[in-house]
Amino acid sequence: MCNVCGCGAGDTTIGGKAVVHEEHGHGHGAHFHVHADGTAHDHDHAHDHDHNHAHGEEKHMHYHLHEDGTSHAHAHDHHHDHDHRHAHSHPHATGSVHYGLGPAGAHAPGMSQSRMVKIELDILSKNDGYANENRGYLAEHGIFALNLVSSPGSGKTTLLVKSINALNGSVPLAVIEGDQQTDNDAARIRATGAPALQINTGKGCHLDAFMVGKAIQQLGLQDDSLLLIENVGNLVCPASFDLGEAHKVAILSVTEGEDKPLKYPDMFRASDLMLLNKCDLLPYLTFDADLAIANARRVNPDIKVIRISAASGEGMQEWLDWIKAGCSKAVARKSIDSN
Amino acid sequence: MHEMSLVEGVIQLIEDSAKTQNFSRVNTVWLEIGQLAGVEVEAMRFCFDLVTHDTIARDAKLEIIEMPGLAWCLRCAEVVNVQALYDACPKCGSHQVQVTGGSEMRVKELEVE
Repeated sequence: MCNVCGCGAGDTTIGGKAVVHEEHGHGHGAHFHVHADGTAHDHDHAHDHDHNHAHGEEKHMHYHLHEDGTSHAHAHDHHHDHDHRHAHSHPHATGSVHYGLGPAGAHAPGMSQSRMVKIELDILSKNDGYANENRGYLAEHGIFALNLVSSPGSGKTTLLVKSINALNGSVPLAVIEGDQQTDNDAARIRATGAPALQINTGKGCHLDAFMVGKAIQQLGLQDDSLLLIENVGNLVCPASFDLGEAHKVAILSVTEGEDKPLKYPDMFRASDLMLLNKCDLLPYLTFDADLAIANARRVNPDIKVIRISAASGEGMQEWLDWIKAGCSKAVARKSIDSN
Repeated sequence: MHEMSLVEGVIQLIEDSAKTQNFSRVNTVWLEIGQLAGVEVEAMRFCFDLVTHDTIARDAKLEIIEMPGLAWCLRCAEVVNVQALYDACPKCGSHQVQVTGGSEMRVKELEVE
């Protein structure tokens, strides 16, 4: 497990179902055999095997949510069915040792069989590929998607619930909730009447574009709607993972420090809008709102800021107008693209 | 940051490449990591040994090429060095700087057999 943030793959569930990872192929390196008669040879062999399981430890806990609202958990072991296809090539030559049969097909004295392979690919290129697919799908259907990021406890879910109630059906919308565990946040959203799907990332510290793509398919989004993605509460990792959204929206609450944008610059740099939340508490705190905004602008000179309070309603209209403008733009762009 | 996920991404790229380029062993992996990428190089090394253990890249050597942080200063109208995303221009002190390099996270090349 990562010694920085505890992040690792595994145990991801979307709406309670395990996510199936792609197949893996393993290759084995050169083997060197010496036979009893003194001959020796080396050979390579590769074998493919398909893994269809969620990664992690040998035992997994799975949570199932049934349609009637009951849920249960169970543990199970992994049974790996490996289909080994070994292709051996055994060039025998009595009394000789052959080094010239490696992939390079030749051997220069003193040189190994190795060769160089240019990759030149971004480490996040897999994620970015999925994100582009999501972005294409959303654009085609006129859907305006926001990726809401913040520390845990900044008031994201409360703000979402208030926003959904205030929009009052004027915009069709759906919510994807990301948390390591529990269905609590999705349940809070569903109580507003809006469709919501919970992604549990298990050990993961962020949502990635693959998970969100699956969730989009499962939700069956309406055309010309709003998609709100509430990321895992974490100001570090979600900054790097594009989900295909139109904008990242960072939520900073005034009960945190003014210097958070400087401490976690990646997130505030990746965001187009910062919501300074819980502003109704400012009279009781020593928090300097102007300093917090100045810090955010140091990291990202273009970031838009709205001072907001889910409790008092301050700034809500500006935030909802910003959402509606984004929705109209997404719809307008769809009709331009389709003509 | 999520170095574990990043190393898993590296392994995926290597395994994909092993299929198309027909190699079965990786001796060295070169990564380009920018100073501004938010990646802790030491954490990356630590995770690399753990994550590669049961893969084609087990026992592979990890070489990390650190790329300098560069930014375009609007006021000076030139490229300057920056150490962090919120750094001011080291010449004029302006914050009107646009990062142009140093956020790379790339698998550059592999030595394989």
